[in-house]
Amino acid sequence: MARLLNSSFVPSSSSFRRRPTLPPAFHISGNRSRTTQVQAKIREILMPALSSTMTEGKIVSWIKSEGDKLSKGESVVVVESDKADMDVENFYDGYLAAIMVDEGGVATVGSAIALLAETEDEIAEAVSKASSSSSSSPATTAAESTSSPSSDPQEKIVDNAGPVPASKAPVTSGSVVASSTHPASEGGKRIVASPYAKKLAKELKVELGRVVGTGPLGRIVAKDVEAAAASDVAAVGSSPGVGAAATVPGKSAGIELGMVVPFTTMQGAVSRNMVESLAVPTFRVGYTISTGALDALYKKIKSKGVTMTALLAKATALALVKHPVVNSSCRDGKSFTYNSSINIAVAVAIDGGLITPVLQDADKVDIYSLSRKWKELVDKARAKQLQPHEYNTGTFTLSNLGMFGVDRFDAILPPGTGAIMAVGASQPTVVASKDGRIGMKNQMQVNVTADHRVIYGADLASFLQTLAKIIEDPKDLTF
Amino acid sequence: MQASLSVSFSPNSSTTISRSHNTFQSIPFSHGKPLNLRFCGLRREALGFTSLKRHDSNYRVHISSGRHSNKVSAALSANGSPPKSFDYDLLIIGAGVGGHGAALHAVEKGLKTAIVEGDVVGGTCVNRGCVPSKALLAVSGRMRELQSEHHLKALGLQVSAAGYDRQGVADHANNLASKIRSNLTNSMKAIGVDILTGFGTILGPQKVQVGSSNNIVTAKDIIIATGSIPFVPKGIEVDGKTVITSDHALKLESVPDWIAIVGSGYIGLEFSDVYTALGSEVTFIEALDQLMPGFDPEIGKLAQRVLINPRKIDYHTGVFATKITPARDGKPVIIELIDAKTKEPKDTLEVDAALIATGRAPFTNDLGLDNINVATQRGFVPVDKRMRVLDAAGNLVPHLYCIGDANGKMMLAHAASAQGISVVEQVTGRDLVLNHSSIPAACFTHPEISMVGLTEPQAREKGEREGFEVSVAKTSFKANTKALAENEGEGLAKLIYRPDNGEILGVHILGLHAADLIHEASNAIALGTRIQDIKFAVHAHPTLSEVLDELFKSAKLKSQASSPEPVAV
Repeated sequence: MARLLNSSFVPSSSSFRRRPTLPPAFHISGNRSRTTQVQAKIREILMPALSSTMTEGKIVSWIKSEGDKLSKGESVVVVESDKADMDVENFYDGYLAAIMVDEGGVATVGSAIALLAETEDEIAEAVSKASSSSSSSPATTAAESTSSPSSDPQEKIVDNAGPVPASKAPVTSGSVVASSTHPASEGGKRIVASPYAKKLAKELKVELGRVVGTGPLGRIVAKDVEAAAASDVAAVGSSPGVGAAATVPGKSAGIELGMVVPFTTMQGAVSRNMVESLAVPTFRVGYTISTGALDALYKKIKSKGVTMTALLAKATALALVKHPVVNSSCRDGKSFTYNSSINIAVAVAIDGGLITPVLQDADKVDIYSLSRKWKELVDKARAKQLQPHEYNTGTFTLSNLGMFGVDRFDAILPPGTGAIMAVGASQPTVVASKDGRIGMKNQMQVNVTADHRVIYGADLASFLQTLAKIIEDPKDLTF
Repeated sequence: MQASLSVSFSPNSSTTISRSHNTFQSIPFSHGKPLNLRFCGLRREALGFTSLKRHDSNYRVHISSGRHSNKVSAALSANGSPPKSFDYDLLIIGAGVGGHGAALHAVEKGLKTAIVEGDVVGGTCVNRGCVPSKALLAVSGRMRELQSEHHLKALGLQVSAAGYDRQGVADHANNLASKIRSNLTNSMKAIGVDILTGFGTILGPQKVQVGSSNNIVTAKDIIIATGSIPFVPKGIEVDGKTVITSDHALKLESVPDWIAIVGSGYIGLEFSDVYTALGSEVTFIEALDQLMPGFDPEIGKLAQRVLINPRKIDYHTGVFATKITPARDGKPVIIELIDAKTKEPKDTLEVDAALIATGRAPFTNDLGLDNINVATQRGFVPVDKRMRVLDAAGNLVPHLYCIGDANGKMMLAHAASAQGISVVEQVTGRDLVLNHSSIPAACFTHPEISMVGLTEPQAREKGEREGFEVSVAKTSFKANTKALAENEGEGLAKLIYRPDNGEILGVHILGLHAADLIHEASNAIALGTRIQDIKFAVHAHPTLSEVLDELFKSAKLKSQASSPEPVAV
């Protein structure tokens, strides 16, 4: 399309079969006013409005690369609008200092997509500007397989701010959590990731260097990247000054109403998971459980570091032992797996998102170890240091909003698992007994959402009955 | 080309006197794809030559029993020399698509024809190329449709998860190849072409040994149509399992999780379409700086956006794969890459499989070319524009022609066939020179890519050299009703032309059924039709053909080009 404007291509006649394409020249010239002057000598190149209905544009390709000298009127970038691809011309002489939206990236109309420096000396300045001020994330090109994951984020940042990094510069957005275990990866120096994994990493802004590969020979495959993205809370919160991370603190400081906020990596991952969950036919079964005995037990062993979450997870795990189907999962719609271990994922809110640390083998581990493990996981989650296997191996999920006084709610089933249980607050409730008396009991409502392809109403009902029995007579929880 | 031939002839059996008039119609013949072909050729040594006899096919002498002589209806080449006896008027070495096309046309022209095949009838195209790949691509196309949820949703369709059975897909490809092979064989047998089994070796002028040394056949004219084989660069070890060529890939013995495809031309691109539809991830390795070299740059760019970027494909350009080791001892396939320019090691890839699609090499070894003093050039048989073979000194070798991949002029099945037909025309007295710029090519990805004539840079260069202006017109499939009805609006048709006289220099299409749409343009080029004339041709509405209608209509010609003189009233 590069030559589109210079060719004798006639966009359209008035034929009804043609889609009207607005004459490009008109719109391009309209950009002139948009190329606002940021500073004396560093200008932003903005995403132009190429048609009246265009709200965002996709960068098809950069005709020029960073460091290139540009003269007025030269085509710099090809933008795909809702109607066509168009070359965008440059209106000032200068140097293309920094590309802020990579090829394939999308930017809203009027947002900066690159910086133009007037002289070569100002390129460095512009680059640092790009990395600190860009609202859309800069060059988050997936790390090439040659690039080494940095073990020193500080050093990486310096690299990034250096003059005109190659467009393939790896972006570090957090500390190195793990390296690929691919045997040929030379101790993590090389990253072996499948093509789709690389694509996803770019899309989800996941740094491949810290993804653990589970594919053949330890290669990073798509699902590893997805799993990493789901936990990318870590990267977003802690990394200083790179890319999307830089914008987060600003946002939390004060929310500007009417502002459109792009998803953070984690929000993107959550969004994908939630949409994916719509493909699963779920149903819900609720149950009211008396918690008097559990509360009493909790009081007794609290001093030994046992938490309510661990107790609930333990009770659930013991109930699952008797109802393996509720601990199963269906992935392909044709078969389902009785999971070999009972791993209870517990949803935890952390700033700007949600993560589900997993208590592995909750049925086998004793309540004290389980409580210690839970504390460790929560600390790690806060420090954004959870490893993928610590948040993505759950077979059954618990979500508890009881601490807010919520008495009942309903949870969305995380894809890849069979059921999730929403736990409400335990509250003193007036209860009528069979013999006609009225009494007070502590009760909580639980509500299980399950995948009806594999788990049926009777399964859940009997699981809940078992769970109620365990909670109402909790002596087994402590062994 | 000759998708259907109406051949009318009277077989005249040498044993029976009765004559029957049969009409053969429509010999179904599918080729289509420019995957280049490979015919199998000949072997063995040669001795001198003997027969200098000339032969006029009107007065044929039967040498072996059971041969059919065909009534000659065409003009004969009067060569002045006294009729001498040859076994055949025309002997074709290699029964691929090129040889087949030549054989059919030769019979139509009344030549007594034999075809030599050392392997299987059909050559590369039918057995290891265009034909089975089309079967796989038919599967990949449907898989893509069924997997494209939003596309189906937009049409209001609901389909539950699509899956495939690898063996079933492989069988489909194999069955198709067998079917086409038997069609091809029957179409030749039915009209009396002798199929001689064995490798053919040229012993001397007009003399070929078929298979064993005691089987020597003479013919007035000989066509070499031995085709090509996959080209495997040095350092690459093909094991047929994890490092494969198109020959193996078409058997679809496995669908690897991750396959590297070396070469991003037609073959590589088509296989990337197949593999990604079946769930593989693909890495392209291309020596040039851009993927899909050879395509019009604009089409290549769009193809990259449509066929590469949204798929599970990544690529390395500007690199050579210097060493590829098959998977063994629990290690993956290892590919060593060096920078194409600096020759410095650049990267090492570890993948599950590698497909070598770096082009094709002519299959001309052991053909006996030494016996007639012909030196191949990188394996290709040198020919002039009439496909006449040139010897080492650059002189014409009488009665010897070479068509198809073996001459390397245009490595496409249908080009070979067209060259074969032009040779038959020449030996029967009509000087037909094939216009290669009218031969279309197609790549059967989803959507398809097709082209004929020059690319835009080629046209501009030619315009500069010869001093004419070059213009470009484009239309989008988004503007086509039928394409939108199919919800397949992605696509572009591009016309490169001379605004001064309306000559069509090239047409490039990427879009739904592009491979079928190109023929309007290729026919126009072949027949010399100008834009000012073709733009008035009517296209049914609504059809995809209207994309070309729009294209021709959108071309802007200089006023003097308006051709048909208005009729004076």
